[in-house]
Amino acid sequence: MLTQSNGVAAKVAQRPAEVIDRAGLGALISLLQSDGYRVIGPQVGDGAIVYETLASADDLPAGWLDEQSPGHYRLVRGPDAAVFAHTVGPQGWKRVLFPPRQTLWEGERDGSQFSIEPAEIEAPPTVLLGVRACELAAIAIQDRVFLEGAYVDAGYAARRAALFIIAVNCARSTSTCFCVSMQTGPKARTGYDLALTELCGGGRHDFVIEAGTERGAEVIERLERRAAGPEDLAAAAAAVERAASTQTRAMPPDAEGILKANLESTHWNEVASRCLNCTNCTLVCPTCFCSTVEDVTDLGGDHFSRERRWDSCFTLDHSYIHGGSVRREGASRYRQWLTHKLAHWHDQFGSSGCTGCGRCVAWCPVGIDITAEVAAIAAAAPAAPKDKR
Amino acid sequence: MQRTKVKPKLAVWKFSSCDGCQLSLLDCEDELLAVAGAFEIAYFLEATRAQTRGPYDVSVVEGSIANLHDIERIKKIRAESKALITIGACATSGGIQALRNFGNYEAFVRAVYARPDFIEGLATSTGIADHVKVDYELRGCPVDKRQLLEVLSAFLNKRAPRVAPHSVCVECKLGGAICVMVAHGTPCLGPVTHAGCGALCPRHDRGCYGCFGPAEGANPASLSRHLAQLGLGERELAELYRSFNANAEPFRKEGAAHDNE
Repeated sequence: MLTQSNGVAAKVAQRPAEVIDRAGLGALISLLQSDGYRVIGPQVGDGAIVYETLASADDLPAGWLDEQSPGHYRLVRGPDAAVFAHTVGPQGWKRVLFPPRQTLWEGERDGSQFSIEPAEIEAPPTVLLGVRACELAAIAIQDRVFLEGAYVDAGYAARRAALFIIAVNCARSTSTCFCVSMQTGPKARTGYDLALTELCGGGRHDFVIEAGTERGAEVIERLERRAAGPEDLAAAAAAVERAASTQTRAMPPDAEGILKANLESTHWNEVASRCLNCTNCTLVCPTCFCSTVEDVTDLGGDHFSRERRWDSCFTLDHSYIHGGSVRREGASRYRQWLTHKLAHWHDQFGSSGCTGCGRCVAWCPVGIDITAEVAAIAAAAPAAPKDKR
Repeated sequence: MQRTKVKPKLAVWKFSSCDGCQLSLLDCEDELLAVAGAFEIAYFLEATRAQTRGPYDVSVVEGSIANLHDIERIKKIRAESKALITIGACATSGGIQALRNFGNYEAFVRAVYARPDFIEGLATSTGIADHVKVDYELRGCPVDKRQLLEVLSAFLNKRAPRVAPHSVCVECKLGGAICVMVAHGTPCLGPVTHAGCGALCPRHDRGCYGCFGPAEGANPASLSRHLAQLGLGERELAELYRSFNANAEPFRKEGAAHDNE
């Protein structure tokens, strides 16, 4: 079952959508657990939706909604018992695929000799349940970062290959969402084994279930289900359309061009007057991939290891080279982040590094909004010397 | 295999302080024997009456400079020490006693002491680095014992200590703690505070109160504008920055900006 390499899912022949009910969702989780997977999904923890290992479908955040705005996140009670009515929580799936701390190798000294053992890579079969379209896009971006090119990240590759992904199509947007403008959502298009659309209310609680891979289809075969009727499909389409049409935030078109043309904008200093340099935007970002490597020893120096942990372009150490840090000012660090994410990412990886999930907007303690900053940089730009007809 | 090297001489000194940071070393219960095995404990009154004369390979200094004898003593210690490491908020920024820096020192002395004429204090409490060259500063009130071991371990192994100067927010995010300010509206100094505690308070649903002092690149002015929106008044803001690290420059400046009295 877990034979795919690099997590690239085999394409499946189009299979008509089907419907499972709330009990069917519980059965789906149990079935995958009995197949040997740990199932990680959304649940309520410390006043937010967090992605943790589920014991059963009872752990899902039934009846909870999230209200998000710049620098603000609250869980509130929803009108029904929907389990996926929330949007994205503070932690992305990045924690699973690219853990915050990893031991790369451990070593021991024996007299004048020493030995080094690579750390064992733990990659248990894992189901990610409730992955949103913007999050699938983020995983696809990190796949390019960690799996393509000359240097493949062995740990990421092993964990990625061990995934079974169940996407959820969003039926709701919160004020920080802007996936429509990034063309990543709210409907999951690719990169999943199964996709669910929750239909809750009016006396029903069902899920339209679709397969994205052969092994996803095999799982559906083992569930109690019925064929989706036209009204199910219409309701599912309406739910996604509602999520799309209620989005209030958007990335300005051509953010790449705006930023590349305004590297010396006066607005960078204005942002820096608000930016805390706290690194939150980068650490909640599902595509930010920077890490640093540190050596650890015990007091005697006989046991040692090399550790890798998340880093951020907002720290001074991130740009430290011989002689000091390159980006000493907050303005240059913010510019580095924004221009890499939205402009130079295109040159490096062939896409934007932003998926429109809105985490950096909500979890910035002072509510700095990536979309508003790009718009402000465009507005502050001197008139471009374009040829007039 | 045991190397037959001469063990470096370690001295632990106290200035104006509560002894809490020195006690962090004694608090390293599991590692204490290893520390005693790796160093010759040459001077550490909290641990032993035995004293060995200098010079010392490494001096660990707790406490602030708060009176005239302190200045003479720290100069002597510096002269006798190959490496000098300051530990804790007092030694690195002047500590809670630096609150005197913002008030009337003479009035404090008269109010506190029955015989003010016996007191030979300075009008300010300042960190050690304001008086002598310091090789490494470890923050915290008190310091984190794992970080203290890390600094000693780095010294022994001649490598850079793994003590990051970034914000407490990094520790929350690494550990998967939910932001108490964004998700609960709890005022928190984490975004401007130096990491090292492992985000102890936010992990227990409390806002950070800055006991590790300012993080690198801290922008307290922006944070204060946000905290005011959360309902904090000018006096509360001034007091927020005026605690254990009141005299650390970014906190000193921000405290003063909200001190309208």
